[in-house]
Amino acid sequence: MMALPVPALSEAGTAVCILFILLVPLAGAGLALINTGLGRSRSAAHSMLASLCVVAVAALVYFACGFAWQGYLGRPAHVLTLAGKGWNWLAAEPLFFRGLKLDGSPASLAAWLQLLSVGLAALIPLGSGADRWRLPASCASTALLAGITYPLFAHWVWGGGWLAQLGANYGLGHGFVDAGGGSSIQAVGGLTALAIAWILGPRLGKYSRDGIPAAIPGHNAVLVLLGCVVALVGWLGLNSAGAILFTGAAPTGTVLVGVNTVLSAAVAALAAAMITQIRFGKPDASLVANGWVGGLVASSAACASVTPATAAFIGLVAGALVIFAVELLEVRLAVDDPSGAVSVHAVAGIWGVLALGFFARFPSGQWLAQLIGVATLLGFVLPLTYGLNWLLNRFYPQRAPMEGERLGMDVHELGATAYPEFVIHTEEFIPR
Amino acid sequence: MKLAGFLLLLAGWAIVIFAVALLASGPQRACFVLAGIGVEALGLVLAVRSHLVLSEDRG
Repeated sequence: MMALPVPALSEAGTAVCILFILLVPLAGAGLALINTGLGRSRSAAHSMLASLCVVAVAALVYFACGFAWQGYLGRPAHVLTLAGKGWNWLAAEPLFFRGLKLDGSPASLAAWLQLLSVGLAALIPLGSGADRWRLPASCASTALLAGITYPLFAHWVWGGGWLAQLGANYGLGHGFVDAGGGSSIQAVGGLTALAIAWILGPRLGKYSRDGIPAAIPGHNAVLVLLGCVVALVGWLGLNSAGAILFTGAAPTGTVLVGVNTVLSAAVAALAAAMITQIRFGKPDASLVANGWVGGLVASSAACASVTPATAAFIGLVAGALVIFAVELLEVRLAVDDPSGAVSVHAVAGIWGVLALGFFARFPSGQWLAQLIGVATLLGFVLPLTYGLNWLLNRFYPQRAPMEGERLGMDVHELGATAYPEFVIHTEEFIPR
Repeated sequence: MKLAGFLLLLAGWAIVIFAVALLASGPQRACFVLAGIGVEALGLVLAVRSHLVLSEDRG
């Protein structure tokens, strides 16, 4: 088995990478604002508190055992031999970051970046479980994500695992490539969001007895749109740091990453605005916000590997895909996903991963490597994350009781509302 | 139906893995990978339909 090269970083390169990593929490802040704004006002404080809690749980669990399973290029791993080729399945690092020198080496920077990225992945399911997911249950589910699902798949992609080795072992391009986490952060988070939406079921009053969905609009479009802008800054850091640490891009190459990220988001948002204008007569703020984030998500995988024009095209398709996926899930498939997390993160993330295979100028077979990565997401990650959350739900019910949902998660779980002076509770969404 | 759906998802992934590991020729490998993804698609349809039925029951 050929070992993948560990990126060499100069002192200046290390400093640049640290700056990019410092921006990453803004991606999480953006997602938290979006999730909160798209939920109901009576669950707003709960949503923000849950965001803080899941980020904290994710960081702690990843520190305790996540990095031990994920590892990094060139570090110890469990390798299985299959038909004469080495299959790197799992890292073999000590727990609690022991054995990792926090000295600015690429491995230590990757560990720091992952400590933040895993929180970002954990924020995604909060959007699909909004208004009905109990706080302790969301923390327990996050522990499963940060301790098992995320590090396992991230090792395969970023830790020198078998997906990354598809090029070296089987001549499939450069192996599975994902610079900014379109698969390992976004699609893993998005598929977990789907599992959570399925397990929790729809909010009270979301569907009539005939299966017709009721519109439950987000309570604060300003929070949502502010979240989009904040998320852009975080994504610039995430994609750039990922490109340096996981694809070996030079720090100067991050200019291309930045341009691609902005273009993809911009075109996706405009595409969403135009589609909603054509379909509904007016642009829909929440769907345009979903399109914007979908563009950011779709940009992640190929941000360091395609031209700006291609990145814009990737964003265009992502913006359109997100709009149609939101409608398909809500109207036809009865998936109540208040923030559109499945469409934005799973659908756009998978599209971004595939787009790299189609458009990047890599050696032949790259499309097949990307397809194998997508097959792994659907065929392994989805059953794994669903199974883990289903088991959790058997022992510790994840959904709030009906009364709690009616009162709002703020009052039910926190004892106080986010907007005590302004909110008048009505029962408008209770089925008659 | 839900369990069958998730089992099909896993079975499709297993086809993909074994196609990569055991088949040497490029076109053959690509065909089996696509076949595996087809099985996964069937599994996804079953999983989605099973939850659709559950939602109707709840409604």
